[in-house]
Amino acid sequence: MANLGPADYSPYPVATYDGILTPPEGKALLLTDIVDEEVAMREIARVMLTSENATIFPGPQVLYAWNEEAKKKATLIKEMAEVLNAKMIPMYDYRPKYPKIDAEVEINPNHPNLTIWHNNIKACIFIGVHCHYANVALKIVRAETDCYTSAMCALSGHEDAMATIRDQHSEDLARFIQVAREVKQELGK
Amino acid sequence: MSIKNMTKEKNWSGQTLVSTDYLLFEAPREKHFMTGSEVLKEAMKRCTVDASVSYPITPQSEAAHLIGELWAEGYVGTYFRGENEFGVMSEVAGCAMAGARTVTTTSGPGTLRAMENFPMWSGTRIPCQLVLMARGINSPLTIQPDNLEVSFLLETGCMIWYAENVQELFDMSIAAFTVAEMPDVHVPIITAVDGFFVSHTRESVMLPADDIALFPYNPYKAPLPPIDSEMPPGRFLRDPFVMKSNYISYATHASWQWEVRSAVDRSIPYAKHFLKGLAHVTGDQDAEIVFVACGTASHQAKEANRELTKMGIKSKVVKLRTIRPFPHAELLEATKSAKYIFVPEFNIVGWLDKEVTQSLYGKSEAKIIGRPRVAGGMSMPVEAILKEVLENVKKGA
Repeated sequence: MANLGPADYSPYPVATYDGILTPPEGKALLLTDIVDEEVAMREIARVMLTSENATIFPGPQVLYAWNEEAKKKATLIKEMAEVLNAKMIPMYDYRPKYPKIDAEVEINPNHPNLTIWHNNIKACIFIGVHCHYANVALKIVRAETDCYTSAMCALSGHEDAMATIRDQHSEDLARFIQVAREVKQELGK
Repeated sequence: MSIKNMTKEKNWSGQTLVSTDYLLFEAPREKHFMTGSEVLKEAMKRCTVDASVSYPITPQSEAAHLIGELWAEGYVGTYFRGENEFGVMSEVAGCAMAGARTVTTTSGPGTLRAMENFPMWSGTRIPCQLVLMARGINSPLTIQPDNLEVSFLLETGCMIWYAENVQELFDMSIAAFTVAEMPDVHVPIITAVDGFFVSHTRESVMLPADDIALFPYNPYKAPLPPIDSEMPPGRFLRDPFVMKSNYISYATHASWQWEVRSAVDRSIPYAKHFLKGLAHVTGDQDAEIVFVACGTASHQAKEANRELTKMGIKSKVVKLRTIRPFPHAELLEATKSAKYIFVPEFNIVGWLDKEVTQSLYGKSEAKIIGRPRVAGGMSMPVEAILKEVLENVKKGA
């Protein structure tokens, strides 16, 4: 039996129903609180560095070389994984996987809970996933797992993640990596 | 007008590209005298619209024709007539999925003929705009003012805004694209007006110059990839994924639907900015008699407010400008002094009365009275509203 998420089994995994919306420009969201970006960055780094099987889920926008920005981000995400001692499990695309997904090698928005359960992932970062699919996946994860979710979004952020930072471009990822290094040093990891 | 290449400063018709804030709040305006149909043409002229699909039905036919004129004049990228309203709304979806800023118009029975498309629109997260010029639903045939069809649209996952008059239609239909296209919103928007009362009535309206227009829609900020037959939403139109595999989470469909509703909720801060509030309140702030209305019913309620003031009776009008998202917080705040809430409506079922009653359930001790209610072309004279108020207040005294 899987561990249940903070929203319990399924009936209510939707942050907007509690009046929580995406953070305003220049700010981040930590659970229900609007905070400065750096506060959220430090918390995401701390949770990733102290949780079992922390994993980054990179999506199509950073897995394929659409443009120079995507290439830069992909390189930085590899560095981020090293700093956070995190695994990476990609979300290659959004197609449902027939007849079943290989939960060790990929995650899919139609059943992201399977990958999290199978790998016992207790903290994760969604990055480079198109917003709609990130939101669909985050609601399922929130409902059905006890995984701490973070979303680093190039657009407006994701209120269904437990921590979200918005408008994250390559220079912001570089800043996050720096923050993560500092947190890692403080934790002696 | 010759079609030009889009540049960073100019669109294909040579209009200077400006922000929505500049177009709505800063650009100098001049007074004109126009019908709702004519003003919708003026609004769309300033929206860098890529595509419009039309089909005739009273009372929106003229608006559709006038958008067609914009195409002939070089302001709208493409324009064509569908086979019927179902075809129109399907074609709107195709245009929008392909990355086009798309608008259409319909009324009454046309809305119902197209019905299956509206939840499909929201489920595919397309930011298209339907301007609904409400007229009611057959049978027996009516082409008169009535907004019954709005009740059918409430749970489609589309945003619904309601304009009271010609000026609001102009401003709302421009803001509608901007809010619908926000990456964290990105759902369809229905801008509703009462047919004839707004579509065919000439009013004074303040318009900015027509040599400026909105920046084009950027589909690369969409929350889904561009249409692709191998992945949803393209794929689920031919291949409903939730039925295909025991390995798809049962929660996928539910989460997708919740996400659409969440997207509508995320429009709240943007709508507050561009509409200057989800609800507008006029009259005595501490009044015990409160009218809650939308569209032209709120205009009649404001007339009743003036008459009651002459009689020494305090009242106020809460005009709801957004129906989806429903302005729960604004309604609660605006009715906290209320002992009586009247909901005048132009339809037989009282859909707004139901919305108001549900929203205030357990939160307000006011008596909610869903009257006067007229339909199918009946007018709503101020005297009818006053009669309801005076009778109910007398009974309660």
